[in-house]
Amino acid sequence: MDQELKIELSKHGIFTTTFEELYNWGRKNSVWPLTFGLACCAIEMIATTMARYDLARFGAEVFRASPRQADLMIVSGTVTKKMAPQVVRLYNQMPEPKYVIAMGACAISGGPFRDGYNVLKGIDRYIPVDVHIPGCPPRPEALMHAFITLQKKIDAQQLTGEERPRHLKANEPSEFPVPEFGEHGLEPAQNPDVFHPLRILGQ
Amino acid sequence: MTQAISVEEIKAAMEAAVPGCRAEILRNESPSAQHSLLIDHEHAVNVAAFLRDDMALRLDFCSCVSGVDWPDREITEKVKVKKTVTTPEGEAQEQDVEETRKTMIPGFLEAVYHLFSIEKKHGPVVLRMRTVNRGGDARLPSLTPVWRSAEFQEREAFDLYGIVFEGHPDLRRILMWEGFADYPMRKDYVPPAEDDVEAVAK
Amino acid sequence: MSAMVTRVVLEEEESARGVEGELLEISMGPHHPSTHGVFRMDVRLDGERVTRLKPVFGYLHRNHEKIAEKASYLAAIPYTDRLDYLCSMTNNWGYALAVEKLAGIPVPERAEYIRVITAELTRLQNHASLIGFLLQDMGASGTPLMYAFREREKILDLFESLTGARMMCNYMRFGGVRVDCSSEWLEAAQNIASSFPQFLDEYEQLLTGNEILMARTQGVGALSAELAVNAGITGPMLRASGVNYDLRKVDRYGIYDRFTFRVPLGDHGDVYDRYMIRLLEMRESVKILEQALAAIPEGPIIDPKTRLRGLRPKAGEAYGRIEGPKGELGFFLISDGSTNPYRYKVRPPSMINLTVLEDMCLGRNVADVVVILGSVDIVMGEVDR
Repeated sequence: MDQELKIELSKHGIFTTTFEELYNWGRKNSVWPLTFGLACCAIEMIATTMARYDLARFGAEVFRASPRQADLMIVSGTVTKKMAPQVVRLYNQMPEPKYVIAMGACAISGGPFRDGYNVLKGIDRYIPVDVHIPGCPPRPEALMHAFITLQKKIDAQQLTGEERPRHLKANEPSEFPVPEFGEHGLEPAQNPDVFHPLRILGQ
Repeated sequence: MTQAISVEEIKAAMEAAVPGCRAEILRNESPSAQHSLLIDHEHAVNVAAFLRDDMALRLDFCSCVSGVDWPDREITEKVKVKKTVTTPEGEAQEQDVEETRKTMIPGFLEAVYHLFSIEKKHGPVVLRMRTVNRGGDARLPSLTPVWRSAEFQEREAFDLYGIVFEGHPDLRRILMWEGFADYPMRKDYVPPAEDDVEAVAK
Repeated sequence: MSAMVTRVVLEEEESARGVEGELLEISMGPHHPSTHGVFRMDVRLDGERVTRLKPVFGYLHRNHEKIAEKASYLAAIPYTDRLDYLCSMTNNWGYALAVEKLAGIPVPERAEYIRVITAELTRLQNHASLIGFLLQDMGASGTPLMYAFREREKILDLFESLTGARMMCNYMRFGGVRVDCSSEWLEAAQNIASSFPQFLDEYEQLLTGNEILMARTQGVGALSAELAVNAGITGPMLRASGVNYDLRKVDRYGIYDRFTFRVPLGDHGDVYDRYMIRLLEMRESVKILEQALAAIPEGPIIDPKTRLRGLRPKAGEAYGRIEGPKGELGFFLISDGSTNPYRYKVRPPSMINLTVLEDMCLGRNVADVVVILGSVDIVMGEVDR
């Protein structure tokens, strides 16, 4: 619809919208995160939900303890190799549409603990990540910024067409293989369908 | 942290109370001057029980148990050896010749116990035990029956160093998963190569 | 709740007791809202009663010790921040103390005072948050935790203005501290110290006499003094069992011998005592803060002769320990004369305090397990390292 006509109509008390806008408006303002803390970043995540930063302003204060009721997984902290299968399993248990925020340097790449033998070098080796927040740990403001970024991302998602998101495509996977404990590390070390590291090619 | 009773006194008391036990004092040259006592395997549990129950010592609190890895070391030293050398003139003559000699010091694993007394408020008394080697004989007696605080820490030393504590009630891997094959805190541990997939300039 | 009933087991045990119900084996965690991080307990239940409980660790084992053995003495300090991530200041101090013992480094007077001030502030925010989390586990959703975090944020602001970071302060160095504090900062700290008892009164009014709190905690998870000592329990948990052992009094590390404060002790060793000990300790910490803030001298904040970069202590070893908010935090260092420690071992109080978790939980209900675990005060970064 023509924007000017829309504004003109609203002046007369008639509000028009599209189904897509309404749908995304509802979704983006009621993102329910999973109660899921891994390490130091989890404390900052709790601080974000407390009175001072008040995540409730973004409609995201309802932390759900069950993955079946959650829309968003905040990977808040170091994912170790021992924990990684559980993280993937929890992700698989969440219903679509689902989103992932990788909070902090460890969740992105292993961060300061990257050299550790039991540390996974980034959760994006096994599950797709929507928003990355750098920091060690990121401040609560940074987490809120990540929320707003995620809200913008949800708002821009189309219901139809080739550009529609993963959860609306029937043949796209909603679950990813859970890595297994091997003798020296996780097997496989990454999921090549998900993990596309940036490579600087040539010189 | 004052060491009210010296290691020599403790060694003497220990050897008097537990017949046949062999203890060796290891000097610590750092400013902390926390000297330690190396004890033998057979009498370790008795020695530990004595240290805990002796009215003068009362080391009732085992604070810290650490595994330490000492891999095989090669010491290169230069030695002067007398050798018979034939001079250009054709005479046999004895001469001092410098030779490099390499000695292999076999490696071992070590468990270090830091003991304190809550009752008498003294410490630390440092106990050490060493395994025969780093391979199949990496065994030590467990002191968990004496101090339960050693339970998780001995399990950790087993998990990360591969020290088998005999007599431990529940010796399983604690930090890594069951089925993990390596002992990652050892000095010669090499992490798997698959971890090196990363953005690298080619 | 994502506690998973993994299997129904133990037919032979069942037939041995005469069948009335079935034994369940439940895996609580590693993702469980009440386990304070990624911690798992394998619990065997007879109805509601716990008959066996085995803690499983390692879900946050991020190889702190291995990394520190490959890095220089200075480079390990930011990693100590991330051990017990609620109390970076005391972790820094424990490590700095061990290195100071190893290399014989003196600490200037002013730095000692700043260390005491920051460490006691850390203790305040740790204990306040712990009580909030404990009450959260009991079902008091939000309110006590919100109160605690309100106070915690004030202390974090103070840390941020001093060190540049809210949580990971990376502040202390062997031989002193990194930056000096201004007189305004001391004034702000004084304000917090003066207003904190008011918060404690409010907190106590809300909680201490609360009937539900008493019913859920009194007589729950009792721990005898003998077992506590033998199992190496330290910190508020040991003192709740009535054992008078506070390293600030015993070792008198730093300058703790200059302050007047009492060591609160419990009678029963149950969860309620552990809760009360922490409240009383906070009041004592405020006293220490008041005294330290009144007496802090001018002067240098770091030993000028110490090389921070490229420190090479003589070959030898040292064990240094402090009274952290969770118990005895120790660092065992072996130097071989090079720039990085040959062996670097952390003695994590919260891990060793879990030794008696099973003893405290046997025969109790599942709901009590959550409360007992909450009263131990664990942080997984320190348990697993």
